[in-house]
Amino acid sequence: MRENVQEFRRFQGMARGFRWAIMPLFFLIAWEVAAVVINNQFILPRLESVAMVLATPFSPILGSGSLVENAIDSLQRVIVGFTVGALLAVPIGVAMGRWRIVEELVDPLVQIFRPIPPLAWVPLALAWFKIGLASMVFIIAIGSFFPVLLNTLDGVRSVKRTWIEAAMTLGATERQILSRVVLPGALPTIWTGMRVGFGIAWMCVVAAEMMPGTNSGLGYLILYAYNFSQVQVIIAGMIVIGVIGLGIDTALRRFEERWFRWRELER
Amino acid sequence: MKKLKVDHVSKSFQNENGEDVKALSDVTLEVEEGEFICILGPSGCGKTTLLRIIAGLEKPTGGDVLVDGEPVDGPTPRLGMIFQDYSLYPWRRVLDNIAFGLEIAGVEKATRAATARKYLELVGLKDFADAFPYELSGGMRQRVAVARALAIEPAVVLMDEPFGALDAQTRNAMQRELLDIWEKTKKTVLFVTHSVDEAVFLADRIVVLTTRPGRIREVVDVNEPRPRDRTCDGCAALRRYVLGLIDEGRPDR
Ligand SMILES: Nc1ncnc2c1ncn2[C@@H]1O[C@H](COP(=O)(O)OP(=O)(O)OP(=O)(O)O)[C@@H](O)[C@H]1O
Ligand SMILES: [Mg+2]
Repeated sequence: MRENVQEFRRFQGMARGFRWAIMPLFFLIAWEVAAVVINNQFILPRLESVAMVLATPFSPILGSGSLVENAIDSLQRVIVGFTVGALLAVPIGVAMGRWRIVEELVDPLVQIFRPIPPLAWVPLALAWFKIGLASMVFIIAIGSFFPVLLNTLDGVRSVKRTWIEAAMTLGATERQILSRVVLPGALPTIWTGMRVGFGIAWMCVVAAEMMPGTNSGLGYLILYAYNFSQVQVIIAGMIVIGVIGLGIDTALRRFEERWFRWRELER
Repeated sequence: MKKLKVDHVSKSFQNENGEDVKALSDVTLEVEEGEFICILGPSGCGKTTLLRIIAGLEKPTGGDVLVDGEPVDGPTPRLGMIFQDYSLYPWRRVLDNIAFGLEIAGVEKATRAATARKYLELVGLKDFADAFPYELSGGMRQRVAVARALAIEPAVVLMDEPFGALDAQTRNAMQRELLDIWEKTKKTVLFVTHSVDEAVFLADRIVVLTTRPGRIREVVDVNEPRPRDRTCDGCAALRRYVLGLIDEGRPDR
């Protein structure tokens, strides 16, 4: 009897551990049922045909590169674009947060440009840089610039005044205050901005790859598959996009939990 | 030469409406090397302001501050400040917090670690070198702040109600430890407090300020021998006297 109770408890514990899987599983079943009912692979392919595409990530799809090749292209673009955006945003944000005059001068520009969605820059990017890496990097950089900038500004403002004053009484120069107090103090918030910025950059790259004239990348692949009515490829590509985005965000968050724990634990 | 000279210092702030609000009025004070001075006064009388002016963090509206005869015109490592809220760097381990000032001064890594360890031991936290500030209690953090300020060997140590947030027991223990450290290092200390008990236990001289605008009401010599007994008759009499000074300083009396 007692053993049974224990057994049941253990089962309960396990069940709780798998609770997160309930809704995704339900979703997959609903999909499969819907696909069977609709019975039209050009509208909703069945699970198996999508799984088949995902199971062969290295084989070329309709002569336009494999899933992996296209994913690598997209990743390269997003990394270059994000790096450019963040490298511009962090110093500007620190300067704005630290010196009143810089903020007063730069803030109006930020207010004007921030509401323009990154994708609204596409035509201008094409006009300036033609089709290719440069215009994609431009759009991705703009997409990641603002979240990183605003969080950096926030982070620098949240640096306690006494942290800075303590450094001053210990003889720190303005440079040392920036590098040893302001930056490390603001870093957790800057990091949050980078996570948000990278998420937006990843959305931008997929959209940018749908610009006319592009011939690689996950965004390109799914649009190309649409032209051939290969819905299972579209969905497989979307899944890859989602998984990569989730993977990167998780990695960045792990890092954050590990290195910036002081922010939560500080009392 | 006097170690520290506060020469006719006054300070006004502008309030929201642009009117001048006087916080300090004509404060003059001379401190000998190695003296332990307590600055005592009711809340809002300008104690923190006075300390910040001495530390060079705030410009006086009038008057000068001189350390070893040289005017103070900005924060300097000759004046160590210990803030009321500890202001440790939460991303640095305890030892790296203490070594911060040495790092700033460009002291080589091995030397500054050794020096930091020495001060860590002095404040009795040897086992916490690798802890982060959030792992420490309030009293322990305050000790780290003391060690950080002392590690760069300032000529004068300024402390702003350092034990204000501690419970009575910890507070008493910290006071004894501070005196211990003071006797070992022979620093000149300016210690702000609003506790008469604390001032009588710690100080060579107590500077009693009036309510706002703060001015010096009286400087009281404490001639009780050290180590002091909090309950001795001399201390009780002094406490009574100083309390009287503070009460008289109130406008409603
Ligand atoms: N930056 C400032 N701007 C305007 N007024 C100020 C400023 N700093 C201090 N004051 C005013 O000066 C007076 C003295 O303040 P201060 O902080 O020095 O008092 P205190 O004696 O340290 O008080 P407490 O014991 O509560 O810490 C207060 O009335 C305060 O409102
Ligand atoms: Mg104060």
